[in-house]
Amino acid sequence: MVLTIVEHDDGELDDVSLQALALARDVAEQTGESLDAVAFGPGADAVAEAAGAHGVETLHTVEDDALADYAPEAYGRAVVQCAEELGTEAVIAPGTDRGAETLSHAAAKLDEPMAAEVTDVEVGEAYELTRQRWGGTLIEHSKLTADTNLLTVAANEVSPSETGGDAAAVEPFAPDVDDGDLRVQLTDIEQSDVEGVPLGEARVVVSGGRGTDGDFSELEALVERVPNAALGSSRAAVNEGWRPHDDQIGQTGAKIAPEIYIPAGISGAVQHMVGCKGAENILAINTDPEAAIIQKADYAVIADLHEVAPAIAEELEARGHAE
Amino acid sequence: MEILTAIKRVPETGAKVSLTDDKRDIDTTSLGFTFSPHEECAVEESVQLVEEHGGNVTVLTLGPEDATEQLRSSIAMGADDGILLDGGDEEWGPVGTASAIAEAVEGSDTGYDLLLFGNESADAANHQVGVRVAEQLGLPCVTGIKDLEVADGTATAKREIPGGSEVYEIDLPAVITVKEGLNEPRYPSMRAKMQARKASVDQQSPEPRAEGLELVELEVPETDDSPAEILGESSEAAEDVVDVLEELEVV
Repeated sequence: MVLTIVEHDDGELDDVSLQALALARDVAEQTGESLDAVAFGPGADAVAEAAGAHGVETLHTVEDDALADYAPEAYGRAVVQCAEELGTEAVIAPGTDRGAETLSHAAAKLDEPMAAEVTDVEVGEAYELTRQRWGGTLIEHSKLTADTNLLTVAANEVSPSETGGDAAAVEPFAPDVDDGDLRVQLTDIEQSDVEGVPLGEARVVVSGGRGTDGDFSELEALVERVPNAALGSSRAAVNEGWRPHDDQIGQTGAKIAPEIYIPAGISGAVQHMVGCKGAENILAINTDPEAAIIQKADYAVIADLHEVAPAIAEELEARGHAE
Repeated sequence: MEILTAIKRVPETGAKVSLTDDKRDIDTTSLGFTFSPHEECAVEESVQLVEEHGGNVTVLTLGPEDATEQLRSSIAMGADDGILLDGGDEEWGPVGTASAIAEAVEGSDTGYDLLLFGNESADAANHQVGVRVAEQLGLPCVTGIKDLEVADGTATAKREIPGGSEVYEIDLPAVITVKEGLNEPRYPSMRAKMQARKASVDQQSPEPRAEGLELVELEVPETDDSPAEILGESSEAAEDVVDVLEELEVV
């Protein structure tokens, strides 16, 4: 059996978990095993329908009160116990902070290797993996040999695929965790005082780099004209102190997956591009036709962003696209 | 407070990565070396914590002998001591790396209050060394931290989520892995760099462990470098831009 850790928000599966399920189902089909999932916290059983539609036969739910709030080591312990009880071939986690953290704890407790950022698995005598290094700038082919194969799936690399199956059977699972496992537990969630759409969820992302010369006002005004749009920046702009780090797109910042990404005055270093490779379309605004970003973009405007951005905002208004 | 901060020497890759002939490594003949932005923030944070609370920062790396260069860079930023776990020229995997670091901590006379790591290394991105070290030492651990405060033996650590932050309270001693954005790393002065050259670095030779995950070869992914459709070379292109936005149904 192949066990997938899925994350949800009050019963709604998140995108990266759906991606993990797609890769896990591929592994399950190659090994001839069934696909199961484990979900934690209140509302976990509400995941059954969506999980079933993505190929899950049985959903193991952990709704223990002590584990209602995320606790990395306790979740890792629960995954170990669930995997051992069910005799799993592989445990697959989404490529999120929690996914990697939980599975790392499980790997250490099982004394097994773990492969992170996996994008493809060919099951032979060993698991022949394709995984990402350097944020995806480099691809690694490697072999995983383990009693239980532990993988995290790189975010936004595998497309979710529905099977249209019935809701998964729900089986409550009661792990045996002790106080030591609960030493670290989520104590609070603080809402950001930044208003607007989070970068990772925006359908349109406009961002600025060194070419803004520190003036983001036109880009801000453009973002305000577009629904579900967010403003980002390059690492260079953050290092200049023009934008907070939370706005940074790139290998060590936010990873975005919008319908369209509009980098303005950004040269397009490799480390920046790995942050926006999930974008469906890229429309670059840059004065330099030789900039790397023009090579990577689908559309380009070779002009000064300080002139182009207000013109786009005006055109949107003229066509009645008010936000 | 005693802090151990772990870093990893990695090449400074430019716009294009090329591989060695056996495809098992990046060709670094014309590249400089550095350590990742996450780890720069880990070093900066440890130096700031010691400036606030007193104590010592020890910076540790597992890698080739040349990785002393990165230890000295960290010492120039304000770390007090360096430890090189001499791993030779072969790349170590996360199981062996974590085990060697945990053994170095266990074998040390210093009782560390805090072990800081980057959330993941810039190159291999295995996302697990900090957690494995914590598990081996029996310490609590939290990863991916972008805001950290220490008071009265407890760390308050925050992890960014869409629209806010998760807050964790964790008793020291503990392992914490951090991300860029935690702070703004300082640029060391020329004087600090000169002094760091003379700092002594403790060397140890750990034994590797079986990894389970074995590298076959690396590949530079094909990128779609087909030319962009040029919509215009002045602000008049705005009409075409809006056409594109309308076509994608995002406005």
